[in-house]
Order: sequence, then C-alpha cells, then structure tokens
Amino acid sequence: MRVSLFITCYNDTLFPESGKAVVRVLERLGHTVDFPAGQTCCGQMHWNTGYQEEGYPLLRRFVEQFRNSEAVVSPSTSCVAMMRDHYPLMAERLKDARLEAEVAALLPRVWEFSEFLTKKLGLEDVGAYYPHRVTYHASCHGLRSLHVGDGPMRLLRAVRGIDLVELEGLEQCCGFGGTFAIKNAEVSSAMLTDKVRAVLNTRAEAVTGCDNSCLMHIGGALHRQRTGVRPVHLAEILAGEEGNTL
Amino acid sequence: MSETALDPKTAPKFQTAAKTLLRDSQLRKNVRHATNVIQAKRARVVGEMPDWQELRESGRQIRNHTLRHLDFYLEQFERNCQAGGGVVHWARDAEEARQIVVRLVKESGAEGGSPTEVIKIKSMTTEEIQLNRALEAAGVHAYETDLAELIIQLGHDQPSHIVVPALHKNRAQIREIFRREMNLPELGGSPEDLADAARRFLREKFLRVKTAVSGANFLVAETGGVCIVESEGNGRMCLTLPETLIAVAGIDKVIPRYQDLEVMLQLLPRSATGERMNPYNSIWTGVDKAGADGPRSFHIVLMDNARTEILADEESRQTLQCIRCGACQNACPVYQQTGGHAYGSVYAGPIGAILTPQLMEMHHAQSLPYASSLCGACYEVCPVKINIPEVLIHLRHKVVQQQSSGLNILANPEVMALKAAGAIFRSEPLFRASQKLGRVAELPLSRKDSEGNGWIDWMPGMLGGWTQVRDLQLMPKQTFREWFDEREKAKSDREIATSRKAENNGH
Repeated sequence: MRVSLFITCYNDTLFPESGKAVVRVLERLGHTVDFPAGQTCCGQMHWNTGYQEEGYPLLRRFVEQFRNSEAVVSPSTSCVAMMRDHYPLMAERLKDARLEAEVAALLPRVWEFSEFLTKKLGLEDVGAYYPHRVTYHASCHGLRSLHVGDGPMRLLRAVRGIDLVELEGLEQCCGFGGTFAIKNAEVSSAMLTDKVRAVLNTRAEAVTGCDNSCLMHIGGALHRQRTGVRPVHLAEILAGEEGNTL
Repeated sequence: MSETALDPKTAPKFQTAAKTLLRDSQLRKNVRHATNVIQAKRARVVGEMPDWQELRESGRQIRNHTLRHLDFYLEQFERNCQAGGGVVHWARDAEEARQIVVRLVKESGAEGGSPTEVIKIKSMTTEEIQLNRALEAAGVHAYETDLAELIIQLGHDQPSHIVVPALHKNRAQIREIFRREMNLPELGGSPEDLADAARRFLREKFLRVKTAVSGANFLVAETGGVCIVESEGNGRMCLTLPETLIAVAGIDKVIPRYQDLEVMLQLLPRSATGERMNPYNSIWTGVDKAGADGPRSFHIVLMDNARTEILADEESRQTLQCIRCGACQNACPVYQQTGGHAYGSVYAGPIGAILTPQLMEMHHAQSLPYASSLCGACYEVCPVKINIPEVLIHLRHKVVQQQSSGLNILANPEVMALKAAGAIFRSEPLFRASQKLGRVAELPLSRKDSEGNGWIDWMPGMLGGWTQVRDLQLMPKQTFREWFDEREKAKSDREIATSRKAENNGH
C-alpha cells in the first residue's frame, strides 16, 4: 500500500525519530511511504485554544495535501482525533460543500499509526524486538476519541524480548492538554505528579504511548526528577529489530 | 473553607483559586477519596446495565426534544400545575426569583406557615441565586436540612459539589463542626454519632417550621408534577410536614411526560450516587385539595436567569440537557485535584466550567472554559451525552473573540503568539524557516544534563508554567522533513547513478 505520512508539526520539529520509526515499520511491512511536502499542522492547538479562525486554513491545507492519498498515517492520537472530531463540523461551518465532501471522503482513509496496524492491516506482530521493561500510557484522545482500546497493548505484547508492565490509572489524563499545561500550570503539574508516580511504580525503563505530546509532558517531569526513565513513542519500539534496536 | 459566597462575579480566576487549594493536602485527600468511592460505585451499577448506552441516548433525546419545544412544555406544565392547585410564578432572573420567594415566605404566615423561618431541601438552584442571604437580609432564617448542606451551613462553608456538597470535608472535620456549632463537646466521631446529632438537631426544625423551600429535579409537563429525589428522607420531611411549600426551579428542568421519568430515574441515581434507585423519590402535583395531607399551599418559581440566552446558542445549548448528577465532576482529573471551590461558582467541575460562564452571559468566569485538559472523561460518563469538551472549545472561542477585539490584541501576548503561529503554519516555507530559527533561538536557554544532552529548565513569561516541574528537550539538529528530503535525494541520486551505469554499460 502507498502510505502518506502526516508527521504533525511537533513530531516534525521535536521528535523526528518517531517519524523515522514509522517509516521503518511500514517499509518493513512492505508498504511505500511518501511525505506530502506542503504539510504543516492539523490546527489542533489553535482550535482547542479558541482560535477557530486560525484553524480553518489548516483544515484546507491538510485536505489539499492529502486528498489523493490512498491511506494517511499519523503517529499522533490527538491530531487524528482533531480531524475526526472537528474537521466535518469545520467544513460545515465554512459552508463549502466541496470541502465538506472532500473531508467526508478523506477522513475514513486517515489512521493513527497504531490503529493503522491493528484495524486497517489487522496486525499484532510486526516483527519487533525490544528487550526492555516498558509501561504504556493511553492518551485520552486515543482512548476516548479514536477508541484504540487495547490495540497498542496487543502490538506491544507481540514484541519479542519486551517486559510489559501495566500502568495503574491507565485512563487518567497526564495533565498535558495542550495550552492547559501552561494556562493551568499548577493543576497540570499536580495531575502530572500522579502520572509520574504511577510510571515509577512500574519500575519500567521506558514509558511508551501513541502520542509524543503526552510523552513530552511525562518525559519532561521524568527528566526534571532525574528518574532515568525515558519516554519512547510506540513506533520506536515497533521499529526495533534484533541486532538493530533503536 | 470558603466563607464568602461562591459568586462568579467576584471570584478569582480559576488558576489563582486552584493554586491556593492545591496547597490544602487534607482537602485534596478528601476530594480524591470521595470521588474515587463514588466513581467506583457508579461504574459498578452502570456496568450491570446492558442497555446503558441506549438509555443515555434516550436521555439525551428527551432533554434535547424538551429544550427545542421549551415554551410549549413550560406552558403545559404551568396549566397542569395550576389545575392541581399549585401557584406558578415566573422569574426573569435571580433578583426576581429572590424577591418572589421572600414575599411568599412572608405571606405564608397567613396560611399557617412560618414567616420568619424556613426549612430547606438541598437545591443548587437556590444556591445559584444565593437565596439564603436574601432571606437572611429579609429577616428569615433558612435551615438547610440535607446533611451535607447542614455541614456546609454550620461550617460557614460553601458547597463544592452539586450532589455531595460537603465532599471536601472528612468525618473528623464534620465532628469538629458539629461539636462547635451544636454545642456538643462530648460528641463521638462514629457515623452513628454524627447522624444522631444531625437527626436531633433537624427533627426539632421539621416539627416546628411550617414553611419549606425546595428545588426540583424534574418538572413533568404532562401532569404538572414536581419530582425530587434524595437519599436521606429529610427532603420528604420538608415536602410533607410544612403548610407552605415553595419550589424554585430553572426553566430547563421540565420533561414532557410522566413516562420520561422511567429513563431519567434510571440515569440519575446510577450516575449521581452509584445507586440503582434513590432511597426517596417524591413526586407531587399541586396540593391535596381536601387538605388532609401535605402542604396547604404550593408555589413554584420558574426561573430563567440566562437560560434562554444559552438556549439561543446553537453550539452550546446542549449544556441545558444537564440533570445535575455530578458524574462529570467525579470523573474530572482537574476537579479531583482542586475540588469545587476553585470554580468560583456553586456549579463546579466540567459542567460548571461550561454552565457558569454562560449563566454570566460570558461577562464573568472566562477562565473556566480553560479549566480542562479536554481529556473527555466528562463526556464519557454524562448520562445525557453532553459533549462538554466541544462546548468548552466553543466557549474558549467566545473568550478569544472578546480578547482579540480592537486594541486588546496588542495587550495580550497569547493572542499575538497564537496569531503568529497561525501565520507560520499557513506557509510551509515559513514553517521550515521557523524550525531553523527555533533551533538557534532556544540555545541561550539550553543547559547540558549529565548525559551531555541539551535541555531547557527555565523559560520566560507564560511559558514558565511548563518549566515549573518539567524540562524541555532541545530541538534535534534535523527535523523529520529535512531527514526525509535528504533520504529522497539520496534515493534519487542512487537511481540516477544506477541508470547512468546501465546506460554506460549499454554503449
């Protein structure tokens, strides 16, 4: 299959390794990956913070960039949730019937990375090897908007060498919430403290998930506290191979 | 403890109030414990319902349908309530509602009621309009008879939850309040001791005070009946013993048919207290005309207080579907950290974050729509499927529109920053350039950690919120798109080289 990668603005800028890992996994599975060059951001930050007017052009840009893609894959639950939850409504509000139709046609072909593997390709074992103790954080958007369910856990269980430990309070938000972490820094910090405690209780070396924004948040505290526990995107674990782990 | 009334007009910003409350470790422990207990009970009784999702959908449709035809159902309720002997009053806003209640209490003396004292059933609507203060100012003392409301009243405190108003207090703290306020220096600390003290304190009021004030859970248009559900039976006392009963209800409380209670009385108790059914379900219609039973006069005050404004907004009118179960509060990770007082309104938690600013017609409480990480836990548990995150985002847009009007934009660094970011994302070359620029701009803030990696542990201005407890790693030397370009170029170079080789070989 020809897969178009929507890397998302923050993965592009801050977490290129996750993108490289997505490419590696998909190519290992026999798919070709292209990267529509004009892509930037899905508009989530603006839309969720109340800057609706800034969001509309980003919807148009996304559709322009990906309208001809066979499948769009993105390693971010919250960006895909942004599209599924809001793009149809946004197109409707723009009163642009053509855009509405294009959004309706494109969205069923847009997949978050883990659900592309489990739901679209029907895979659990992607031939990965990762000999570390790992715990999985379920991002809220993956859980409640995309309903990825235990898909990521099933992918992880099939990884050879992994020592997978379940995280207590799996369904609890880490407190990131985009601009929430800045606007309500104290409350966000309190929520993060609970999450970090749960991560540390697992004695894992790495905490993984399907969204680097949550992982950046949790990882930021893990680094501040010098815990030695590192955040790793699910794709980076699945990209691991014997003799060639990331 | 919050001595001053929770008034959105004067309350501090959510983040300011939260900061103070987060330092109260006892409060946080109490709130967490209580919300966890209720959530677990709710999960158990919801889990046993095979048709819970269908029930939620029915609940949503009933509430949505009612709101779309609110004028019709309100007038139907009025007619049927009057036919049953009830007196219906209409109040445009809180001030009118207070005036009506004060007048009715004063007049109740003529009908055998108590013109200077009332007993009250727990009612968030009367909290919303700060009725007790108005009564007090008019020389009428209101006794709260719901156990939690009694604790709040005696503790000179404010409710922190719409169903469990004293959930931020633990048993030891309640004992102290009772000892002090009921003058019981020997009071024990067991649940039985506390319940006994409350019972003795309240029973005397039930038998003496002949005027009662209540709220309402549902108004049944078809019959003109009013429904109140509760756990303790103290509400039932207030509904049956006095001579005059005055109910205050928002106009959003109406439902079309008696049969609709079949859905609502399943959704509400399971969502609110994790019970299959409320221990006390009272439904009454007007008065007993024979005068044999219950109050001799019944008044209901139907209050708008900005509800029609909310109804007029297509995007956020679903807020009015709320049946005040408080499930969203228990499920909210933000509420779990701060408790209810941070919201500066009697409506706390996610529902408060959308309801309060709208009740204030967006003139106050503008920090509330931002008091959420948009995690969606509230929407998941809402028994009438209010998409709270969606409404929060809609209200944020309204706040931003106010903040970015005219010259406001220049005074607001956030508006400037997000507008600039918007412009960058609208152009790929500009985005690429900003990524490069960012790598240089962040360098002065960089510090090497023990592994020699660059991290940022301090940022200026509003970004400093991040670095309070989190580090931020530096941007890598190469963005993904730069890597991909390079890879594609290498690939095509290889292909060109291969084809040239093939050409050469051909010659």
